Amino acid sequence: MAKENLLYSKDHEWVRREGDTVVIGVTDYAQHELGDVVFVDLPAAGKELKKGDPVANIESVKAVSDVYAPVSGKVIEANAKLNDSPELVNQDPFGEGWIFKMSVEQASELDELMDLKKYEEYLKGIAGE
Amino acid sequence: MKKTKINEAHYVLKGKMVEFCGWDLPVQYSGLNTEHVAVRTTGGIFDVSHMGEIWFRGREALRALQHLISNDASKLLPGRIQYAGLLTENGCFVDDLLVYMIREDEYLLVVNAANIEKDFLWMKKHSAGFDVQIENRSEEYSQIAVQGPVAEKLLQEFTDIDLQPMGYYHFAQGRVQGMDAIVSRTGYTGEDGFEIYFKSDAAAASKLFLDLAGKGEKYDALPAGLGARDTLRLEAKMALYGNDIDDSHTVLEADLGWILKLKKEEPFIGQEALARQKQEGIRRKLVGFELLDKGIARHGYPIRVDGRAFGAVTSGTFAPFLKKPIGLAYLPVEHCAVGAEFQVVIREKTVNARIVETPFYKRNK
Repeated sequence: MAKENLLYSKDHEWVRREGDTVVIGVTDYAQHELGDVVFVDLPAAGKELKKGDPVANIESVKAVSDVYAPVSGKVIEANAKLNDSPELVNQDPFGEGWIFKMSVEQASELDELMDLKKYEEYLKGIAGE
Repeated sequence: MKKTKINEAHYVLKGKMVEFCGWDLPVQYSGLNTEHVAVRTTGGIFDVSHMGEIWFRGREALRALQHLISNDASKLLPGRIQYAGLLTENGCFVDDLLVYMIREDEYLLVVNAANIEKDFLWMKKHSAGFDVQIENRSEEYSQIAVQGPVAEKLLQEFTDIDLQPMGYYHFAQGRVQGMDAIVSRTGYTGEDGFEIYFKSDAAAASKLFLDLAGKGEKYDALPAGLGARDTLRLEAKMALYGNDIDDSHTVLEADLGWILKLKKEEPFIGQEALARQKQEGIRRKLVGFELLDKGIARHGYPIRVDGRAFGAVTSGTFAPFLKKPIGLAYLPVEHCAVGAEFQVVIREKTVNARIVETPFYKRNK
């Protein structure tokens, strides 16, 4: 997985562009912070989302965490594999552990996300706190 | 933030550190699930030095103790331990604790980290009429728990105390890695295991922890953090002060009648209220439940019984060994039979739960 080609949110989600749609998952940092994931509550296809809306819940033994819509649009598909194998979020967060796919209403909203370099700086900022 | 004398070892072992009751402690090292399963199948090593050690000494140590706790300490023998409640006048918990009988005029009380000061002041205040010296020596002592099926073999490599014949809730004094120590067959995991109390400098305490972890590799035992400690105790339905027991629920409501000895000779704080409650009957009781649908019912999530709000989940998690969502809650007595169903509200969703037999997990002896 070429992490260089992904965009990142401050909520530690990654966003991969695929034509007019985006695939969304959580970063390695996020899965590590969450610990062992035991459930992922996935959105239904067709659900309308505004940027920043909570879309999915990731439950780990320790905590529950929301996954937010990085842009406005509509849910196209959720990763059904996570129903039986939620641990994929830990094992392969950038690949098999993707969470959902959505359409993009306004491509300009993507510009507000970080590239890898900026995200790494953002992580350093968190570590330094 | 306060540091245990073992603190340095946690950084060497790359523990993920969090603040807990004012202490800098590891929530996990290799991973909560891995550590939890290790304790159930092999072993785990925990730094529990944040726990408090309060000593009772003097001619009337036993009488003072009897006045303060719910259990009957007169039944103890030197080298034996008892679990008890430190109660309010209402029969609710100031704290829960372990009582170690050292000798006739000397007892060690092990209390929860968050309650050390409160307990110490309470004990002093309510023992004023007795010939007893009460000392809070929590700062001096480190405590390490070695838990799991390999605990005996692993710890035996470090101590001159013969562990094999030691009974459950018994203890002995001897040496661990050359240091004077109290070693008891106790724990907070539902497994066989030991707790070691000792006084040393930070270097020696960290070294013992690292050496236990190092030697533990041979037995596939792992250093384990607060995360696994909490899920392990919950699977074994051991109460956590602040969650499942507190100063607004009585011993009887907490379903801990076995630590309540209403007929012991010395009158004790909370006795009257509890005698009355026992006669009148309780109206709510702490029970264990499983979720029937997907989700995790966590501490504080609201409960609904027959459509009406009734308190909240006191403890809840996804049980790593049993691999299902479990929890504890106070439910109305008329609705607390095994098999009865109720609902937990998980972030606006209502999820079905069913009362089950507890402990959720019981080891094969």
